[in-house]
Amino acid sequence: MKKRFGRYFVLIALVTLTGMVLFACGQQQEQPAEATKEAAPVEKAVEPIKLGVAGAHSGDLASYGIPTVRAAELIVKKRNAMTGICGRQIELLVEDDVCKPEVATNTATKLVTDGANVVVGHICSGATKAALGIYKESGVIAMSPSATNPALTQSGDYPNFYRTIASDDAQARLEVDFALDVLKLKKIAVLHDKGDYGKGLAEFAKGFLEGDSRAEVVLYEGITPGAVDYSAVVQKIKQSEAEAVIFGGYHPEASKLVQQMRNKAMDTVFISDDGVKDDTFIKVAGEFAEGVYATGPVDTSSNPIAVDAVELHKKEYGEEPGAFFLNAYAATLALLNAIEKSGSTDYDVLTKTLQSEWVATPLGIIKFDEKGDAIGVGFAVYQVQNGQYVTVEF
Amino acid sequence: MDYFLELFLGGLTRGSIYALIALGYTMVYGIIELINFAHGEIYMIGAFTGLIVISVLTMLGWNSIAIIVLAALIAMLYSAAYGFTIEKIAYKPLRGSQRLSALISAIGMSLFLQNYVLLAQTSNFLPYPNLVPTWDFLQPYEHIVRSTEMVIYIATALVMVLLTYLIKFTRMGKAMRAVAQDRDMSMLVGVDVNRVISFTFIIGSSIAALGGVLVASHIGQVNFYVGFIVGIKAFVAAVLGGIGSMPGAVLGSLVLGWTESFFTGYISSDYEDVFAFLFLVLILIFRPAGLLGRSDTDKV
Repeated sequence: MKKRFGRYFVLIALVTLTGMVLFACGQQQEQPAEATKEAAPVEKAVEPIKLGVAGAHSGDLASYGIPTVRAAELIVKKRNAMTGICGRQIELLVEDDVCKPEVATNTATKLVTDGANVVVGHICSGATKAALGIYKESGVIAMSPSATNPALTQSGDYPNFYRTIASDDAQARLEVDFALDVLKLKKIAVLHDKGDYGKGLAEFAKGFLEGDSRAEVVLYEGITPGAVDYSAVVQKIKQSEAEAVIFGGYHPEASKLVQQMRNKAMDTVFISDDGVKDDTFIKVAGEFAEGVYATGPVDTSSNPIAVDAVELHKKEYGEEPGAFFLNAYAATLALLNAIEKSGSTDYDVLTKTLQSEWVATPLGIIKFDEKGDAIGVGFAVYQVQNGQYVTVEF
Repeated sequence: MDYFLELFLGGLTRGSIYALIALGYTMVYGIIELINFAHGEIYMIGAFTGLIVISVLTMLGWNSIAIIVLAALIAMLYSAAYGFTIEKIAYKPLRGSQRLSALISAIGMSLFLQNYVLLAQTSNFLPYPNLVPTWDFLQPYEHIVRSTEMVIYIATALVMVLLTYLIKFTRMGKAMRAVAQDRDMSMLVGVDVNRVISFTFIIGSSIAALGGVLVASHIGQVNFYVGFIVGIKAFVAAVLGGIGSMPGAVLGSLVLGWTESFFTGYISSDYEDVFAFLFLVLILIFRPAGLLGRSDTDKV
C-alpha cells in the first residue's frame, strides 16, 4: 500500500512537472512532441536565441531607428535577467542600414550570416523591401515597427514579413476622411517626396480623393528632397488655389515646405503622415509648425505595458522614448512571445504561432493576419498646438 | 504675369544660392584644375559655425543685425581656415601626381568632413534662426520676395563684382591668372604659387561659408548632409556656365535656377532634375566649354 502510494506520487509529480515545462515553453499546437524531443535539449541549453535589430542608427533618419534598438535592449535585458526564453538567453545583433536600400541588403546578409533567428526591422519602407528578399531566402521572419508601405504585406511577395504599424493606405484613408468629413475641404493639393514611403502614401490619398465627389485634387507633384528652396512649388500650390496640402514624406522637407508657405503668407492647411509626426519636426519648423495636422499611430500611452516600457526607458536612458518606440517594443514582444509559445525558432512554426496567438503589447492585444499586418493597431489624427502634438478627436 | 514674376524670383533665389557656391568651385578649378568636392562641406561647416555663433550671441542678448553680420564673418574666417588646411593636407602633396588622385582625395575629404560633423555635432536637423530683419519697404511685396532673399541676391551680386575686380585689377589677381595659365612658367618668373593657391582656397571657402549662413537662414534648418546636394548642383551650374569662369558660374547658376523654377511652375517638379540635367547635356553638346567657358584646348 505504502509502496503504491509512492509510485503514484512520483507519477503525479512527473506529470505536473512536464505540464509546467510544456506550459512555459509553449508547444500547445498539434505536432509538438517529436520535434522538440529530438532537436531541442541539445540546442536549447547552449545556443542563445539571436534577435536581429536592423534600421537607421546613424544618418539623418537615425531618430527613427534608435528607439527600436533601445526597445529591444530593454526587453532583452529584462528577459535575460529572468531565465531568458525556455532557458535560452537572448543575444542582440544590431546592424545599421541608414535607411538606404543599397545598405540594407548588406545589413540583412550580415544578420543572416551571423545567425539571426528573427529580426526586428527594418525601419524605412525602402530599406525593408530591399532586405526582405534576403530574409525570405533564409527563412528568417522580420517584423518592422515602422515600415508602412502597403505592398510589403499586400503584394504577398514577402510571407516572412510582419509589422506592428498599420499600412499607408490605412493612413491615407484617415487623412482623406479627416480632410473631407471634418475640415470639409474642396480643393486639395497632394505632394510627395518621390520616396517609396511618401509617394506610396500620396498615391493612395490621391486615389481616395478621386474616388470621392466632394473634393478635387488640384495639384499632384513630387518635390526634390534636399533642395535649397521650394518657392516654385509653393507658388504652384498658391496658383492652384488649394485649401490644403496633403504631404507624403519625412519631416525635413515638410518643415521647409510649411515654412516657405507661411513666409509667403499662405494659411493653407497642411496634413501629413507619421514621418512628420516626430518632435524633430516641431523643433525645426518652430512657430511654423503650429496648426499642422499629422496622422500617426493611436496614442496608447495609458496602456499599462506602454507605461511600464516608457518608465523603463526613462530609467535606463534618462529621456522620453523617440519615434516608433512602442511599436518596436510590441514587435519585440510579439516575436519573443511566438518563440516562447512555440518553443521553436522554425519558420513554419513561428508563422503559425504569430497568426494564431494573441499577445499583449503596449499597442493593445494584437495578433497578425495571414498577410502580416497586425490586427488591433490603428492611426489617429494629431495637430501641433503650442509646440506639441495633440490628438484631434472627431 | 504675377505667377511668371514669382517663378522668376524663385528661380533667382535658387540661382543665387547655387552661384555663391559655384563661384568657389570655379575659382579653384580655374587655378589648379581640381574639382574640389569638399567645397559643399565647407559650405555646411560655414552654416554650422554660423549657428554656433548665433546661439552664443543670442544668449548674450545682442542686436539681430549685429549677430548675423558677426556670425557670417566668423563663419567665413573659420571656413577659410578649413579651406586653407584642406588644401595643405589633402591636395598639396598630390599636386605633382595625376589629376585623378587629387580628385579622389577631394571626394575622401568630403566624406570625412560630413562624418566628422555628424559625429562631432549631431545627426539631427537643427532649426536655424532667421535673423535677417524684415524691411518695411518690402512689406507690400512680401508675398513675392522677402528680405532674406533680397540679401542673397545682393550678396551674390557683390561677391561676383568683388571677385571680378580682384582677379582683373589687383596684383594678386594677376598672379592668379598667371598660375592658371601656366604654373611652371609663373613659378619661373617669381610668382609664389603656393601662396596664390592658398589664397584661392581661402577666398573660395569664405564665400561658401557666407552662402552657408545665408542659405541656412533662408531655409531655416541645417544638418551635416546639406552641403552634399547643394555642392553637386553648384558644380553642375559651374560646368554649365563654363568651369573656370567667374561670370560663367553666376550665369550658369541662374540659368539652372530658372530652368528648375519654370519647369516646376509650368510643367511638373517630378522631373525637375531630369530636365535640369537634360538642359546641361544640350548646352554641353552645342557649347562643350559651357556658356562662357574658354574654348582653348585642354592642357592635359
